[in-house]
Amino acid sequence: MSNLKPDELSRINYTPPEEDWMAVPVQMRKGMYCHGASENSLTTVGFPNPRKWSSADTDWKLPDNWQEIVLKGMAERLEKYRSFHIFMDICVRCGACADKCHFFLGTGDPKNMPVLRAELLRSVYRREFTTAGKILGKLSGSRQLTEDVLKEWWYYFFQCTECRRCSVFCPYGIDTAEITMIARELLNLLGLNIEWIAGPVANCYMKGNHLGLEPHTITSSIDFLLDEIEEVTGVKIEPTFNRKGAEILFVTPSGDLFADPGTYTCMGYLMLFHQLGLDYTWSTYASEGGNFGSFTSNEMGKRLNSKIYAEAKRLGVKWILGGECGHMWRVLNQYMDTWNGPADFLQVPVSPITGTVFENAASTKMVHISEFTADLLKHNKIEIDPSRNDHYKVTYHDSCNPSRGMGLLEEPRYIIKKVCNNFFEMPENTIREKTFCCGSGSGLNASEDMELRLRGGFPRANAVKHVHDKHGVNMLSCICAIDRAALTTLMDYWVPGVKVIGVTELLANAMKMKGENDRETDLRGEPLSGAQDGEEKEDSEDA
Amino acid sequence: MRSISCEGKSIELDEDGYLTNLNDWSEALAKMLASEDSLELTEAHWEVINFLRSYYQQYQIAPMIKILVKEIKKTMGADKGNTKYLYQLFPDGPAKQACRYAGLPKPTGCV
Repeated sequence: MSNLKPDELSRINYTPPEEDWMAVPVQMRKGMYCHGASENSLTTVGFPNPRKWSSADTDWKLPDNWQEIVLKGMAERLEKYRSFHIFMDICVRCGACADKCHFFLGTGDPKNMPVLRAELLRSVYRREFTTAGKILGKLSGSRQLTEDVLKEWWYYFFQCTECRRCSVFCPYGIDTAEITMIARELLNLLGLNIEWIAGPVANCYMKGNHLGLEPHTITSSIDFLLDEIEEVTGVKIEPTFNRKGAEILFVTPSGDLFADPGTYTCMGYLMLFHQLGLDYTWSTYASEGGNFGSFTSNEMGKRLNSKIYAEAKRLGVKWILGGECGHMWRVLNQYMDTWNGPADFLQVPVSPITGTVFENAASTKMVHISEFTADLLKHNKIEIDPSRNDHYKVTYHDSCNPSRGMGLLEEPRYIIKKVCNNFFEMPENTIREKTFCCGSGSGLNASEDMELRLRGGFPRANAVKHVHDKHGVNMLSCICAIDRAALTTLMDYWVPGVKVIGVTELLANAMKMKGENDRETDLRGEPLSGAQDGEEKEDSEDA
Repeated sequence: MRSISCEGKSIELDEDGYLTNLNDWSEALAKMLASEDSLELTEAHWEVINFLRSYYQQYQIAPMIKILVKEIKKTMGADKGNTKYLYQLFPDGPAKQACRYAGLPKPTGCV
């Protein structure tokens, strides 16, 4: 947690320095950046330049020809990705995006204005790849690629969560997340990644998930959650693992199996599928829905993603159901099909309970749990007692990628309104497509960059505080594993008294099950009536 | 990254103070790391540390806090089977501090 108190951290200076931005060299401030990628993690996946280094040192141990490597990498990507080339050319620097970024709002640092963040890269592009830049030099807003520039890239492109809120406001539709993605790819060519991303990537590559859970660890974690479910509901559940011939393969982020409050969401999945008698299986091989590889390079994202289809094929399932995760859905919805498809061995997903055909997933063959559940509720296939959530006053945080990356806006709300009696929306400009990021996405949810996370999450927290003060909201719901971990820390700091919950956990609280006890508590063991706001520290301390 | 000297051996720690090489762990090292935080390891601390180490040996990851709490409840009684008790023992949090003394790596990902 930051040493600064909330009233100090929220005093933000928005006056930019008087000098031209190029004249202000990067100053790396502790608490605002992450540890560099370790030698071990880079070696595991064959990433370039594995070495012992520290991002806090002056010498980053770059290869002698590092400039050549970066410029060649840039040339290749300009050729390969038309979008990148266009985004480099078409920005007119109107500034519509400037005050839309949560990191700018939380820091006041002009280089966190999306336009200027992109300009860090564009200035080099202009100099090296445009005639005007080559002839006019600095007059055209171009500059040379120096080590200081490289460090500036590293610092600021790891102060962007690829949330794409700025893109919503860009009159040209420039996808700033894609600019950050390419910048990170270029940095990655020199081994300049962060360990909080490179570590999970290496784990996922070796063991199938970000946490590095081995098959027996996965089954034992789920066994533990099953015991918890039995304690609360009296219902005994026996899911299957790696079962060939199941109709559906279920894939969710591994954080759901490990970190509170995600584990309660995971209990929700288990309860829902059991109640439905769904013919589904977990996999201990494709055991990660998230994809930190996509925060390093397109190629790495593709490599990690490939196991989902491979496992679906091996098990012979008909289609795939995916859990509550944020960036996972940008990958699944926008990249998986072209990376590793077509999955022509799968069928267009049909809900075996309602008969609904998920045409929207006709190509990827992968359905979001909220789509699946909203459809069940619409057809009255689950018996619900919303009063079991009466101790919660709930608001909903649209996770960046499901909302802006796949347009999933109504389904989670439909579920929440069915299973809760007290639901309050945050202000209009902070939800749906305009949702504010948690401040920790795209692999920035480490602990050493806590000040950055708290600053980046400030606009989101501010909107939560508004409904907390106005309506007594004490529960922030979401459909993302990073959110569940990151927002918990964020709320403890900015809006104490507000806890974080997955939508499927809310559903499971309210869902009546065959053979259940009279429920006295919710999944967290909180008494159903008159439960506390949870001012005291509970089990959800970040690991 | 830094090294500390323990029983005549130089031992490498990562930037968060966790062991780089898990085989470097010893009881003496755990005591040394704790004393850097002005903490003296009592029987109660060792109970937790030993559980963490044996869990890690079996599962290759630190246990969920919930599992730790349940285990402590089983072995040490209901009054100690709660997070409050664990925070009394390890003020920086059982997940971080106790794992560091036990020589376990820090969990990563969406946690």
